[in-house]
Amino acid sequence: MNAALVQFKPRKGDVDANLAAMRDAFAQLAGDQPELVVFPEASLTGYFLEGGVYELALNVPDVARRIDETWRAAVPDRACDVVAGFYENADGTFHNSAIYLRCGEPGGPRVVHVHRKMFLPTYGVFDEERFLTRGRRLSVFETAFGKTAMLICEDAWHALATTVAALKGARLLIVPSASPGRGLCGENELESNTRWKSILAAAAAEHGVYVVYAGLTGFEGGKGMSGGTCAFSPRGDLLASAGPLERCIVKIRLDEEEVDLARATIPLLGDLNAVLPDLWLDPEIPVMRRLEDDA
Amino acid sequence: MTAFAVVDAPLDEPSLRINPALTAAWLEAFLRDELIERRAIGRAIIGLSGGIDSALVAYLCARALGPENVYAIRMPYKSSSPSSLSDAQCVIDALGIHGETVEITDAVDGYLKHAPDADARRKGNVMARMRMLVLFDQSARRDALPIGTGNKTERLMGYFTWHADDTPPVNPIGDLFKTQVWALARFLGVPNEVVDKPPSADLEANQTDEGDLGVTYANADRILNLILLGYRDAAIVARGHDPDEVRLVRRRVDGTHWKRHLPTTALVSSTAINEFYLRPVDY
Repeated sequence: MNAALVQFKPRKGDVDANLAAMRDAFAQLAGDQPELVVFPEASLTGYFLEGGVYELALNVPDVARRIDETWRAAVPDRACDVVAGFYENADGTFHNSAIYLRCGEPGGPRVVHVHRKMFLPTYGVFDEERFLTRGRRLSVFETAFGKTAMLICEDAWHALATTVAALKGARLLIVPSASPGRGLCGENELESNTRWKSILAAAAAEHGVYVVYAGLTGFEGGKGMSGGTCAFSPRGDLLASAGPLERCIVKIRLDEEEVDLARATIPLLGDLNAVLPDLWLDPEIPVMRRLEDDA
Repeated sequence: MTAFAVVDAPLDEPSLRINPALTAAWLEAFLRDELIERRAIGRAIIGLSGGIDSALVAYLCARALGPENVYAIRMPYKSSSPSSLSDAQCVIDALGIHGETVEITDAVDGYLKHAPDADARRKGNVMARMRMLVLFDQSARRDALPIGTGNKTERLMGYFTWHADDTPPVNPIGDLFKTQVWALARFLGVPNEVVDKPPSADLEANQTDEGDLGVTYANADRILNLILLGYRDAAIVARGHDPDEVRLVRRRVDGTHWKRHLPTTALVSSTAINEFYLRPVDY
């Protein structure tokens, strides 16, 4: 599968301008015949909106229609899968969501899946849960590549979330993100970017999954989104990565067989499946199993 | 018996080290983004005091926008040290940026004639606020954006005049401690006479920052960093810091939170600005 990860700075609150940037990316990629194009978290509006999220959130059918129209305007003769982060208005409940969309089909856009961010950072510079409602399910869905899951930004920082996705069969994890860069004493990059890469590489290698990451770039009120768009093989090797600041496209090729080979070489996921009942059903884990239980 | 080799971990203290090349690139990108992309303003204007903070900001602006787009305004009062003027000129010459001198003596003294009881502190605040007024007027004259030069240490210690030094809408060094400012300035080649001289607000003769603050910047920065990370005084002292200095720094931070905020507004509705009605600065 030919995939492209797009790193750019959205114009704050200007959905039309950001769809135009998407169109530019689609047009530039047309000759490569991509099968999957991934845009970052909140790519239709920018990340920090505070109360502006209530003015700018879109419903899923509108997002699907507008991205599909954008794809068709750039590449009229082919279909493609597109992932993009956006703020979702679900009948007055607001989410930080990512859509997996089939664009350019004769019958119109097909929404394959919408993931609603589950871990809403609300600390330090982040204030998501003040304005948004968290998603309740981490789903795995079928794509041309096979079983796939999306995790938005902090979702991927929780080892349990990537583990659940892998246990549910995911072979590809797509991570749209918006990460304000911090830490200026790294050797070659921001410490926050180094941290991201170590987390993504660990998830890929432990579960034998491809992990692709698309990050916003550009400054939002002094907070510099740290780009760092990258991809890891199922062995945990870095396939390609972008710097923090440039508007760019990272092109990668995903090979389904690589997943099987990685899992055959280091069968950690198979081992986990075998041991999972002992870990998961341990009554000492503080998880509410019935309504009458204390969590 | 062969003794075990021992590896004894020291008490951890988070580092203030920066990678100056990475830092410069990040701050230059910030300036280009804030000025050109967000505001479509290609020119910056800086109050150049002859000290290291404004010199560093001039270097960053010249690198980000080109020296032809940077205006340095020197604003001496009659009691300002002559070396402040000459040090500022060194920076102007080294960078090839525009330089201009606007004396504030007449304006300041014109007001002080009506305030004969003003002590040194009040006079210093009048000078600082006069410089703010001049900087903003000069920015309007040149369609240039005023750039802030306050560092994190002085912001945390409250060592600045409210609604004067802190007024420019964009500040590239406000999250850098003073010792990090020194490191970045050396890397960018700020002249030694600017980097090496004792920092001074130059509001009174023989004034130095460290004399005013009662603690060196090197110590203050390490203590401030630990305070910001949530360490209690006892834990900071356990890392080798002087208890009196820890108390002094803590007192300055806790006594100046108001200086780092907009004015306090009485909340009487559920649409109060910045309380209920929340929009980011770049919205």
